[in-house]
Amino acid sequence: MGMKKVWIASMAVMLAAGLLAACGNNGGSDKKIIKIASQSPLSGGSSVQGEAIKLGAQMALEERKAEFEKLGFDLQFTPYDDQADPKKGVANAETIAADKQIMAIVGHMNSGVAIPSSVVYDKYGIPMVSPSNTATEVTDRKLKVVNRIVARDDFQGPAAAQYAVNTVGAKNIFVIQDKTAYGQGLADAFKSEAEKLGATIAGYEAITIGEKDFNGVITQILSKKPDFIFFGGLYAEAGQIVKQARDKGVTAPIMGGDGIDTAGMVEVAGDKVVGTLYTSVSTDITKTDAGKAWADAYKQKFGKNVDGYSAYAYDCMNLILNALKEAIEANDGDLPTREQVRDQVRATKDFEGMATKVTFDDKGDNAYAKVFVYEFKAASYPGSLISEVSK
Amino acid sequence: MISDLLHSLPQVLVDGLTLGAVYAVVAIGYTLVYGILELINFAHGEIFMSGAFIGTAVMLMFESAGWLGAMPGWLAYMLIMAAAMLVTGLMGVGIERVAYRPLRSAPKLISLISAIGVSFFLQDLVRFIAELSTGSYLISSSTLYNDNLQLRVSKLGGSLGDAFLKTNTVILIVVAVLLMVGLDLFVKRTKWGIAMRAVAQDRETAALMSINVNKVIALTFFIGSALGGATGVLFAQQYGTVDPFIGYVLGIKAFTAAVLGGIGSIRGAMFGGLFIGMVEMFASANLGVLTSGNFGGEYKDVFAFAILIVVLIFKPEGLFGKAVKEKV
Repeated sequence: MGMKKVWIASMAVMLAAGLLAACGNNGGSDKKIIKIASQSPLSGGSSVQGEAIKLGAQMALEERKAEFEKLGFDLQFTPYDDQADPKKGVANAETIAADKQIMAIVGHMNSGVAIPSSVVYDKYGIPMVSPSNTATEVTDRKLKVVNRIVARDDFQGPAAAQYAVNTVGAKNIFVIQDKTAYGQGLADAFKSEAEKLGATIAGYEAITIGEKDFNGVITQILSKKPDFIFFGGLYAEAGQIVKQARDKGVTAPIMGGDGIDTAGMVEVAGDKVVGTLYTSVSTDITKTDAGKAWADAYKQKFGKNVDGYSAYAYDCMNLILNALKEAIEANDGDLPTREQVRDQVRATKDFEGMATKVTFDDKGDNAYAKVFVYEFKAASYPGSLISEVSK
Repeated sequence: MISDLLHSLPQVLVDGLTLGAVYAVVAIGYTLVYGILELINFAHGEIFMSGAFIGTAVMLMFESAGWLGAMPGWLAYMLIMAAAMLVTGLMGVGIERVAYRPLRSAPKLISLISAIGVSFFLQDLVRFIAELSTGSYLISSSTLYNDNLQLRVSKLGGSLGDAFLKTNTVILIVVAVLLMVGLDLFVKRTKWGIAMRAVAQDRETAALMSINVNKVIALTFFIGSALGGATGVLFAQQYGTVDPFIGYVLGIKAFTAAVLGGIGSIRGAMFGGLFIGMVEMFASANLGVLTSGNFGGEYKDVFAFAILIVVLIFKPEGLFGKAVKEKV
């Protein structure tokens, strides 16, 4: 009981001190404050990726603080934790909307959170740039505030087909899907693009999610002798299919979407995973020298290795700051409105980022978004980046 | 078309026999309990799943202790089987004691609901333990006897294709057959087997003949569950990965197999299991060919269940079941 009271009292003191300090800051500086927020899960199951988004954005902002100081603005970063929960995301969005100093948002990580939250942003005209949303619905609603710099889900299937037909030279392709919205959508998109590129579809089969024995489908593959196999679905089934196919002597390359872009795939398929291909919307930043140097700087600053979306969040923030600067200049050095920043973000053209080049189309999709092809060269995750496909 | 069917036939037979053997042994667990209590023990699929998890856990333990390399593969296999059979057998006895015996005189429907409850409980219990100890409920372990074999059926001539299998496939089929033959002998030849059949026929009269009914029922649950657990180990070794939900679909199919063979009949369950396994594998490999791509392999279960419905229309007691007159 006594401990608890002490605890509460000390918390209250700290809170009061914090408030006073904040007040002091406000009063002491004559510079106008501009805040950029980030929204990503900082707690829970996907907090590792969410944290990476926050840190990537923070890094870009801190690098350019001085630049904005010269223009007479005090740039500040306010990270929010959306807990990968749509309800929390919307509640944060309301808080952000109420804070008039926040001009833009980097995030969200999850499409499911971005979709409801962006309705709030739209109401108040606050632009958001997502480093990782892939669901088509995110930008298909044509909200003026919503932008993303990665590829859409409906580009992944066609990109995989282009790789299979143009790069691997597949002519006779067997397609398997798991009857889910994700798996079937991906497999259908792959199939129609592969057909358009002139490949024949040797077979199109579905499996049941949750089962472990896929020998029936693999027997069909054995008799059809395809030179390429594509699977639309998740790693639990993909792992079994790869394993059972290799056990039966099927040597054709097997490819999947981002549903198998996980360490679980290696765990289920074991050594047999070697040679399996998958697509992903994020690049391996350490492939280029500049990227490697950047990743080292990141590591030095935060003591953490870069994650898939760190560099994308970094690009999002830089892109926002560029737009902000232009909006300030267009406003004769005065504080622009949120709407001006919003329109300036959408007008981004040929932005050269660390991970990707960005030009937004009228929906907020990135015209330069690419899909990256990885291969498991050893039985370990992640695989090695072997190719990229652009629109 | 015919040549396509023939080409894949050897492979379909091998795979169908493998899956069918698993269904058959699990189906026996359903049929034993039904024969003696007229209760459909819906928790049996989960007993099978628990066996798979216990087998995998023991396997991982051996691996991390470094014993796997030190002992011969067959010994490790037998130890894992024994551990899983013992634990699942005791689980079966415990479930009967806690969830079914207090309800024995209650209407049948009440015990059925209790069984469904136990099934959900086990699913989530295993998921909880697995996630707590490894962080994921999908658990993979290394498998013994993993080398691939090729049956060169194509040398027999005709348009037959080769069949591929693992050494473990052979072990799975052999062990399943041994379990089934052993059970058949036990029920037909031993004192306890005779007591089991007596209780199945008429519980009250059997009790009057100085048979300890509670003990016999507990024994039945032990045997049925141990068989389920052993199959779970075979399954885990065959596919390498287990999750807490493998018992659900497999349990329903094994139950179907038991009904097809005539629930209450042990040989019926064996036949039903093998039959469903074969039909499923045949349909999943050939439906696309037969219907020129209109219906793919995903309709394999529809195919299997349609056969069940046809059989039940013409022979409601199942293929090997005896038509029982309703007692008045």
